Amino acid sequence: MNNKKSKVVQYNRWGYIFLIPFVVVYLIFQMIPLVTTVYNSFFENYRSGLTQIGPNFIGLENYKTIFTNGDLPAYTKNTLIMWVLGFVPQIIISLLLGAWFTDPSLRLKGQRFFKTVIYLPNLIMASAFSMLFFTLFAKTGPINSILVSLGVLSEPYAFMDNVWSVRGLVAFMNMIMWFGNTTILLMAGMLGIDTSLFEAAEVDGATASQIFWRITLPLLRPILIYVMITSLIGGLQMFDVPQILTNGTGDPARTSMTLIMYLNKHLFSKNMGLGGALSVFLFIITGILSLIVFKFSGNTDPDGKK
Amino acid sequence: MNDDTRRTENGASVKVRRVVAYAVLILMSFLCLIWFYILFINASRSHSELSTGFTPIPSSYALKNFMSVIRGSQPFARGMLNSLIISVCCATLSTYFSAMTAYAIHVYDFKLKKFMFTFILMIMMIPTQVTALGFLQLVTKMKLEDNFIPLIVPTIAAPAVFFYMKQYMESALPLSLVESARIDGAGEFRTFNQIVLPLMRPAIAVQAIFSFVQNWNNYFTPALILHKDNMKTLPILIATLRSADFLKFDMGSVYMSIAFSIFPVIIVYLILSKNIVGGVAAGAVKG
Repeated sequence: MNNKKSKVVQYNRWGYIFLIPFVVVYLIFQMIPLVTTVYNSFFENYRSGLTQIGPNFIGLENYKTIFTNGDLPAYTKNTLIMWVLGFVPQIIISLLLGAWFTDPSLRLKGQRFFKTVIYLPNLIMASAFSMLFFTLFAKTGPINSILVSLGVLSEPYAFMDNVWSVRGLVAFMNMIMWFGNTTILLMAGMLGIDTSLFEAAEVDGATASQIFWRITLPLLRPILIYVMITSLIGGLQMFDVPQILTNGTGDPARTSMTLIMYLNKHLFSKNMGLGGALSVFLFIITGILSLIVFKFSGNTDPDGKK
Repeated sequence: MNDDTRRTENGASVKVRRVVAYAVLILMSFLCLIWFYILFINASRSHSELSTGFTPIPSSYALKNFMSVIRGSQPFARGMLNSLIISVCCATLSTYFSAMTAYAIHVYDFKLKKFMFTFILMIMMIPTQVTALGFLQLVTKMKLEDNFIPLIVPTIAAPAVFFYMKQYMESALPLSLVESARIDGAGEFRTFNQIVLPLMRPAIAVQAIFSFVQNWNNYFTPALILHKDNMKTLPILIATLRSADFLKFDMGSVYMSIAFSIFPVIIVYLILSKNIVGGVAAGAVKG
């Protein structure tokens, strides 16, 4: 008996051994960088021309700077505007498509084809997709040439010079890249709803839209919140698309500059102090959002019992 | 009678809704595909053809554009090789070690088990960008700039892949199997490599594809670390294309460069799409 128990303990030691690669790599490449990022945020450390300033300890001065010099609020606003512009149509389309795909009375044909097509943009290299849009929507590009020849426009439109056309393009690209993924997630949620609820509603004479608003949507609430918050976390990381589309400038007049583009600027100019403070700000925001997702995922038991 | 009219009304409304559904689906599919169609057409046209405006018929300059991309000033062939090396290594390491981590949590009972599981789930959503500053300093200190190691090795700790593997194990790896391997005298490490890994093959395949694509497309971190021309990956080369003086370029080869970065993934996707779309749904959170 005693022997058996010690054997089990011996086996369980292997749990630690198998965790070593993850833990070591996590500590070196995530934990140390996190600590040094926070550490850097308390120092003045940048280059001014050829002279290196710092590192000097300045306490919370960097945080004061990023919050008061107007950049952070402006870029947060840009990021959120572009996220909302992309997310609202995305969630509406995904809900519609999800409801249609899972509706047995519609019996849509070619579901596999449509799912394959709408998921495709998610796998495309965002930077190449953005570069493609830049060339397609250039003043001399094919979209202008098509629109002019169709008579929609009388002369080529400079998409890259207008605040809302640039923001709109970024949001549109994000929408196209992510609505397929969202549709599939929502479908998984919709298929999880007890079908007897739909049958009962149908027997009671409920219309399709009543079923959608009164049954599907309320029961989808947890997964909708999950989708929204993960999308927001993804939105805060928005970088590749606007960076390539505007060549890192966020033009016109930095109205499409996102938070990560701003961080990227500091990383390239080696402004470690302000970059650090900005990173910590982003870390706290995404950390809070992650905790909410964590609450909603409800899967905290390692033995899978919930 | 009353019931009958309702049924026909219902039938008509189903028909209308079906038409609307197909119309929206076709419109969205069009919006997903049209860009790649235009890209395909334009990559096959010459610079002078492109300047005359758009036509929906491909031309015959594809091969010429391809050769000028390969031989051009930007090392695209080398970039593709670099992207390939990094993505394959990341896919291999992240799936193997995530399966190992998941195995540790799934099979064994130890004091820190619950803590580790909760911890990994909590860090799952934290983006790498927020620690990029410290990461970059670390890489510089380790003298690993212009090296693939800082892009490959960190993928060993991939919480999202771990989570998928863990969920898969819950449905596909009975503990009795591990027990019987022990009774047969197999060591723990051998059990994992020779019994568990083959069983995990479907999950590994799905996650390997995702990991490959994610690293193939990754731009932010590689751009911070890789500076030498012959080390650059495709996304970095696309960015240099964007920052260069646009008008001097041969537009045919610009389109071909973009196609060069996008089409390999599209082709692989079309071959494996069934697994991929199924994999997304399986990874979804249980609501």
